[in-house]
Amino acid sequence: MTPSVNLLIGLAMGLNLLALGSGRLPAVIRAVSIQGMALGLMPILMETHFDWLVTLVALFTVAVKGFVIPHLLRRATRAANVERENEPFIGFVPSLMLGAGGTIAAVALSRALPLLPEHAGSLLVPGAIASVLTGFVMLIGRAKAISQVCGYLILENGIYLFGLLLIKSTPLLVEAGILLDLTVGIFVIGIIVDRIQRAFDSLDTRKLTVLRE
Amino acid sequence: MIILEIILRLVLWLVLAPLLPGIINKVKAWVAGRRGPPVLQLYYDLARLWQKSVVMSTLASPGFIAGPAVAWIAVLAATQLLPLGPAGAALSFRGDVLLFVYLLALARFCTAWAALETGSAFVGMGSAREVSYAVLSEAALITAVLTLSVHTGSVTLVTMLAPAAGAGVVLLGAGLFTVLLAENCRVPFDDPNTHLELTMIHEAMILDHSGPPLAVILHGASMKLLLFALLLTEAVLPVGPLSAVAAAGALVGGVLMVTVGVGLVESWLARFAFKRVPMLLTTGFLLCLFALLVAWKGGAA
Repeated sequence: MTPSVNLLIGLAMGLNLLALGSGRLPAVIRAVSIQGMALGLMPILMETHFDWLVTLVALFTVAVKGFVIPHLLRRATRAANVERENEPFIGFVPSLMLGAGGTIAAVALSRALPLLPEHAGSLLVPGAIASVLTGFVMLIGRAKAISQVCGYLILENGIYLFGLLLIKSTPLLVEAGILLDLTVGIFVIGIIVDRIQRAFDSLDTRKLTVLRE
Repeated sequence: MIILEIILRLVLWLVLAPLLPGIINKVKAWVAGRRGPPVLQLYYDLARLWQKSVVMSTLASPGFIAGPAVAWIAVLAATQLLPLGPAGAALSFRGDVLLFVYLLALARFCTAWAALETGSAFVGMGSAREVSYAVLSEAALITAVLTLSVHTGSVTLVTMLAPAAGAGVVLLGAGLFTVLLAENCRVPFDDPNTHLELTMIHEAMILDHSGPPLAVILHGASMKLLLFALLLTEAVLPVGPLSAVAAAGALVGGVLMVTVGVGLVESWLARFAFKRVPMLLTTGFLLCLFALLVAWKGGAA
């Protein structure tokens, strides 16, 4: 089980990097959706025997994170007519460096944490912390609302990854509930993005601090 | 018997290498809907260049000829360190991976040195660009090598490349592919077809060479491409435990896939602006670094 899970987490860490380094919104959305799909498949790989409930939730996760949410985001991008991040607060190279530093710190930190012996060899904890940090960097460092949403999704992927440690004791209902919240959240943000675009003629969140009549 | 085997390996590398640029050009032509040059075009070019005479600048020292020759020999020596699946390498000893990295660096140094011999400012600019990109791509290559070394606990290329790279294999593959594109001056970094003065890198560097030295440089470049394609294939695929026939099939298939991949990248991507190239190289370096972290952490189990 561990090698294939580690492979997927490695893929997710690489996608964090791509999302941080890319200025084009479609590329960032694609990276986030592939990451969501990779992480969605993980419960199936982690279970030793087949469980229809786990499989159902995993497939549902893949569908929502891989197809529904990216579709909503792409539609918002098209409606708002934005293609790329122009001038982020934190430049692309510095944010790449921050993400890399965060990942190194996450690996170092997870060695110091008192983990269960069965989790010691897996990348779950460093991958989760690295994704959370990447999400924070994107949330803080980007100016366009849609990039910030992508940062939020990466952050959520990190938390989801952390939750997989407790997969045996958390009811999957909680997971399903989070997924529903996420979808509704993205749905609402899609509408808000459209409103911001109409009111301010731009998706730059810096302009939201300016009061207007 | 051993001498015969080494000769066979040398001939294999020398003869097969010019095939790869031909395949790349064929893929590019096919994507663009053209018929394209024949796959063997580079062989014809090399034969034609070999028959021509050399134009030497009056300023140039013998280094102008010696540089490409030394670079060619260095790349050829590096190819002999790389194992061919279960057949092993012609030459293998503990720590040969360091020699491998240094031979590639020596090849680059000698090409740049020969280019600077004529004293042309334009060629100097090309060399400066090539060498400054190499700083980052070499760091990525060394990190990739370190990843393989940490994963297998060995510093010999034969044992390092026998298993796949474990959990970080996706990261390492992506990072090494970026390094391959940068080291061989392929599209997002440099355009091998362009002769537009302001954007040339590798082509600007070898502009003053002609005749046999140019043929040697071109052949060396194609060998380097084959070398990196094989390194990438062996790092990603676990060829060590396979039988001889299966391993040969996997290697040929892998190298062909990498070559076609390079052709597709060249067809779909435009060249990046100069200021964005370091960022792409940094991404490649970080991918290799993450693979190293994964190998380090995953190996602790």
